[in-house]
Amino acid sequence: MKFPIYLDYHATTPVDPEVFETMAPYFTQVFGNAASRNHEYGWTAEAAVEKARAQVARLVRASERELIFTSGATESNNLAILGVAEMYREKGNHLITTPIEHKAVLDTCHFLEKKGYEVTYLPVDKHGRVNPEDVRAAIRPSTILVSVMAANNEIGTINPIGEIGKICKEKGVLFHSDAVQAAGKVPLDVEKMGIDLMSLSAHKMYGPKGIGALYVRRKNPRVRLAAQIHGGGHERGMRSGTLNVPSIVGFGKAAEIAERVMGEETARLRRLRDKLWDAIRSELDEVYLNGHPTERLPNNLNVSFAFVEGESLMMGMKELAVSSGSACTSASLEPSYVLKAIGVGEDLAHTSIRFGLGRFTTEEEIDFAIQKVVSTVRKLRDLSPLYEMVKEGIDIKSVQWSAH
Amino acid sequence: MAYNDKVIDHYENPRNVGTLDKNATNVGTGLVGAPECGDVMKLQVEIDSRTGVIRDAKFKTFGCGSAIASSSLATEWIKGKTIDQALAIKNTDIVQELSLPPIKIHCSVLAEDAIKAAINDYLKKNGGSGSASAPSAGG
Repeated sequence: MKFPIYLDYHATTPVDPEVFETMAPYFTQVFGNAASRNHEYGWTAEAAVEKARAQVARLVRASERELIFTSGATESNNLAILGVAEMYREKGNHLITTPIEHKAVLDTCHFLEKKGYEVTYLPVDKHGRVNPEDVRAAIRPSTILVSVMAANNEIGTINPIGEIGKICKEKGVLFHSDAVQAAGKVPLDVEKMGIDLMSLSAHKMYGPKGIGALYVRRKNPRVRLAAQIHGGGHERGMRSGTLNVPSIVGFGKAAEIAERVMGEETARLRRLRDKLWDAIRSELDEVYLNGHPTERLPNNLNVSFAFVEGESLMMGMKELAVSSGSACTSASLEPSYVLKAIGVGEDLAHTSIRFGLGRFTTEEEIDFAIQKVVSTVRKLRDLSPLYEMVKEGIDIKSVQWSAH
Repeated sequence: MAYNDKVIDHYENPRNVGTLDKNATNVGTGLVGAPECGDVMKLQVEIDSRTGVIRDAKFKTFGCGSAIASSSLATEWIKGKTIDQALAIKNTDIVQELSLPPIKIHCSVLAEDAIKAAINDYLKKNGGSGSASAPSAGG
């Protein structure tokens, strides 16, 4: 086993060796500019880009003519939201989203609010799911876009995207979905799900960092976007800039592999994830699952270990590379806004750990992780005044704490 | 974030973890912080009533590594000191000893508060006024 054991696949994934191999020649040999139409170098680069475009499109059942490459999902989310907001400004100024979106969606919406747009943040249930009927109720004549993520990056909850898409179609409102975490783990179909815009990222699916895509529907309806980056008119004028050929080739290969192995891989990861959770909850008391029990990404486990602070827990299991919902791990002083939105109290939010399993996670690693998590939680609970109080029968909620 | 070696040492080998009898007259208990804020420290002192010397100190902490280290260090420092010497310990002394970064300074403040709260509790129990001012959460 290689330490620390990587269990943070929601943050990023290693490039699959097969992807890396496919990319290599495009740095030094096939280095042409895909926009160079007058010689062999440009033609081969362009052909490679178009092959990759088809590979990525295939993963979400889109036509390759509907996919544009970006620098990553943050740009895709920005382009989708800002591009629609600007292009459809005369139709309306209202957008609908959720409070548990990625910051690339939320901060973009906040930016639009400052510019005079109105944004409705739909409630989510205790598992982090949006009720499609809430989407219907929130749509107004001035609504120009609904943006709901396919699967959440922290708690792994999968949204009823198909039902939301259907409502948006009925109402004639454009529907964008950030599918960064879902792609390659959950079957996606832009036609069946009624999706008009979809953000994707390569590095969450064993491709390189710095490359993403935005699906932009071409018919029923034809979605128009106001470009946010201006220049040579690449990518149907929606995203100028010389194409990052090696990364695009890698993204294509990663999508092709994902398509090929998804069924087998998700079954394996689900089994390992369930093994991890079953062991944790049978060995420890006062542990709580965050997110939906079944409608969740097969590789995600988010747990609150009550009375043990997240950062100290991670410090105690430094052989595991995981992530915490605790404020202490990030620059901000607030614990996870996602956990807050689903009603997890701040006391429990501080004790949460996110485990993200992936393609290279082994059973041996999960067995090690189980031992490490259980022993560290036990050790820290021996050190926890809160656990001691609870064991003495004191109701922690009734204590007058001095906030600081 | 990389941790300072002293913080890691206190985290891995915390000194004076445990619980004293909070009902004993010669024991003072301080409980500071809040679960919602991500750190709670319980610090207890056992004081020799004739000499005013802290004979024993114990702690339990819910919090990050720096919070655990700050309280562990605090117990180590106050053992054998008089009440007045213990009350003279400043959070900045802890910051310096553990090389805490700015984002972790609140851990040292909490440790200083915990010392004061524990001593206050002892003084109150023993007819004193509780001269040191620090918030005490239940305990």
